[in-house]
Amino acid sequence: MSKEFLTAIPDGAAGTTADGSLPVRQERRGNVLMNKEFLAFIAVAALLAAVPFTFGSSITFIAMCLAKGLAVLGILILLRAGQVSFGHAMYFAIGAYAAAFLSSAFRGIDMMVLVAAAILASGVAGAIVGVFVTRYRGIFFGMINLAFSMVFYSILEKAFHITGGSDGMRIRRPTLLGMELRRAEFDVAIYYVILVFALLSVWLVWRYLRSPMGEALRAVKSNETRLEYVGLSAKSVLLGGYIASAVLCGLGGVFMGMVQGLATPEHAFWTRSSELVFIAVLGGPAHVAGAFGGTVLFEAVRTYAAALLDDSWQLILGVTLILIILWAPGGMVELFRRFTGRNRVKTVTSGEAGR
Amino acid sequence: MTLNFAVLALLDGIAYASLLFLVAVGLTLIFGVLGILNIAHGSLYAIGAYVAATLGQWLVANGYNPWLTFPALFAGATIVGIVLGGLLERLLLQRIYAKDEILQLLVTFAVFMILENLQRMIWGVQPYFMSTPLNLLGNVSFFGINYTAYQVLFLPAAAIVVLFALRHFLRHTSMGAQILAVTEDREAATSIGINATRVYFMTFVIGACFAALGGALATPTTSLVTGMGANMIVLSFAVAATAGLGQIEGAAISALMIGIARAFAVYLSPELEVIMPYLIMVLVLLIKPNGLFGKVTARKI
Amino acid sequence: MSEQSAPRLLLQAEGLKLHFGGIIAADGINLSLYDGEHLAIIGPNGAGKTTFLNICTGYLRPQGGYVRFENREITAHPPRDITRLGIARAFQIPQLFAEQTVLENMLLAASVRERHWNPLRNLHAIPERREMEELLELVGCSDVRDRVASELPEGKRKLADIAIALALKPRVLLMDEPTSGVASADKFDVMETLMNALRKAKVSSVFVEHDMEMVSRYATRVAVWAQGKIQTTGKPDVVLNDPEVIRNVIGG
Repeated sequence: MSKEFLTAIPDGAAGTTADGSLPVRQERRGNVLMNKEFLAFIAVAALLAAVPFTFGSSITFIAMCLAKGLAVLGILILLRAGQVSFGHAMYFAIGAYAAAFLSSAFRGIDMMVLVAAAILASGVAGAIVGVFVTRYRGIFFGMINLAFSMVFYSILEKAFHITGGSDGMRIRRPTLLGMELRRAEFDVAIYYVILVFALLSVWLVWRYLRSPMGEALRAVKSNETRLEYVGLSAKSVLLGGYIASAVLCGLGGVFMGMVQGLATPEHAFWTRSSELVFIAVLGGPAHVAGAFGGTVLFEAVRTYAAALLDDSWQLILGVTLILIILWAPGGMVELFRRFTGRNRVKTVTSGEAGR
Repeated sequence: MTLNFAVLALLDGIAYASLLFLVAVGLTLIFGVLGILNIAHGSLYAIGAYVAATLGQWLVANGYNPWLTFPALFAGATIVGIVLGGLLERLLLQRIYAKDEILQLLVTFAVFMILENLQRMIWGVQPYFMSTPLNLLGNVSFFGINYTAYQVLFLPAAAIVVLFALRHFLRHTSMGAQILAVTEDREAATSIGINATRVYFMTFVIGACFAALGGALATPTTSLVTGMGANMIVLSFAVAATAGLGQIEGAAISALMIGIARAFAVYLSPELEVIMPYLIMVLVLLIKPNGLFGKVTARKI
Repeated sequence: MSEQSAPRLLLQAEGLKLHFGGIIAADGINLSLYDGEHLAIIGPNGAGKTTFLNICTGYLRPQGGYVRFENREITAHPPRDITRLGIARAFQIPQLFAEQTVLENMLLAASVRERHWNPLRNLHAIPERREMEELLELVGCSDVRDRVASELPEGKRKLADIAIALALKPRVLLMDEPTSGVASADKFDVMETLMNALRKAKVSSVFVEHDMEMVSRYATRVAVWAQGKIQTTGKPDVVLNDPEVIRNVIGG
């Protein structure tokens, strides 16, 4: 075993060779990577934790990126199963509105209660909708999710006596573990809360995707017949992923809502869903880092180029999306791997496999 | 609910169903042949509407005979369908026929984002009106209630003409036969020498024209606003999915079901209006996952 | 548990009927499989051999008749439930998880068998890993263990498909032309190893086969299919010498 381990390392650029030569010990190579990746993870975590002391002015920006990145992480789980949802902004909005309702009903409610409520609400909604949509794949999966989100959007907009209509609802500043916080303190506190949840989620999703259940998600994409014939229901595998993705979107939504102090129907609009999908494809579905890398790039471009691009934002997104799909189907993750000389990974968006 | 209300809702529903059918039949035709669900179909609908409205307004503003706005509706739709549809198929879709379903869906979604943006840049966010054709046809009376003839007679007639013209085209012309052959069995069709590239192009352009025509004919009955494309793509998908993707006559029936149900919802409980089409779709799909007329195909193992 | 008692009835199909439009795929199929048997199914193409496997595993619902496994009715139960009861299947066209390595295919099957659903445990860290590696060794797939399944040559795909079925530790294994696609020089070696493994693990089997040499060597019983019916069944040496069978199946 150790011999194989050693022989595999000099062959670092490998992966499987097309001509079918030497087999490569992928999972052991994976362990080496895992260590490197773990170090990178710790380094990024430390850098982010230092932000309030070094670049204090950008914490709100980064907090919003992390919140959105959580939602993108959810989309990424579905991409693993080869599925795209054009309606996941609905769960984002559910997270935000759960916080809005609770904070308007109970003054001085705690942030952790709001977060728990968002997880619960998005998880339950995801389970109910999921039972239906996981019967479908591909086009139907994407479009039925879109249909659900559009219905939800119009309910939010029309039921203004409950939801405040298109103006949305305010989310009062919650306490944190019982402490009343002033504005500046709150900004720092919520930054750290979001950071902790984001890091935790990345770790959990990373582990989940490599666990039997997570690997089964890829099997949903590649061969449902075989999945059934090893004794597993593809529908329930996908349902597990779907609920996880809904909860991640709900988490993203509650954090975004608390940072902005607002929940609006806009959060559920189809353009938001499409942004999430866009970022996931931009970042690349092969690695959890893609979700957050993609989000930072996306938000940075949008924030700093807003004045120039405001009128043509969707246009630019659309063109970029086509360019990525046609010429860089692995997204940023694959570009990074190519750049650093690692092997090309098969990804959900590499369509070479055909139908 | 009185009889009058019922008749009113029914006629309203039929008018709406006619528009829905026009758009959905294009969507379902393209899916049947190309295997692609074109999300940008909604944009073709919206742009067809805007172009027809612009053309009509220009005619009226320049003192032309207002009856010319009728051919303008069809001309606008045809231009949009051929130019925009043709360009899309040639420049983009041809590159993705071999890719997997999700990628195709993402590409047409990207096109949708682009077209929605372009539409906002060109026509702005102010609502557009062009009700000349509606006014010209005047009113008709049923059971003592006045209806606009445009909605009660013209739209259903247009939808029926399209349905039968399409059936005739598919059954009795060589191009139509080729389209049907490709729908039935792509591999077999190409192996007997059918030029799939040409069939795909023609089908996409025809489908695009139907979307634009739906938009153009909707113009006199409604104000054109941003977002109409997004609403229409999910609605027409609901119609096509309820019937079973690829089912042409089925789309007519499910358009009627959804159109009429929606109209009754408007009169009975308006908050259900938006939900109605999806409610029907979900109910149908729960019982028949392939739609009302869709065929179940088991994978050969 | 005496050795002398009559062999136990495992799988029993009775009166199976299935028509697709004008095609008769099953027209009153009665067949029983007893413990320790290796039953070969032979017959011309289109006789309904694969359809029979599809009905037994719940992929197709028969229009009439029933399937029982260990005295439990399983007709048209979902394939996953039937699989879990102990009927595994290998396919004519190999069904693999194309994106994953051969070993990962196996580990996934083992995870389902052992219900390893802890979302934090790496697939490669399950205790059955060693067992799966040995299974791959057994079917001669060790060399492609870490290759992505979609990149395998046809012969290896076929073997990997069988290995996945074996990974489930079934009571009965249904195989659809197990050695088609395997290089003809290796065919008998592969089948020899496979049948030895099945005997050792006390797995009974049903296999669809076109190679009569293979049938006479490895089957304990043969069933001859013709137009959705069983024409005859019996010991290989008897059935394969039946003039009618020779005319319809072997010679034809």
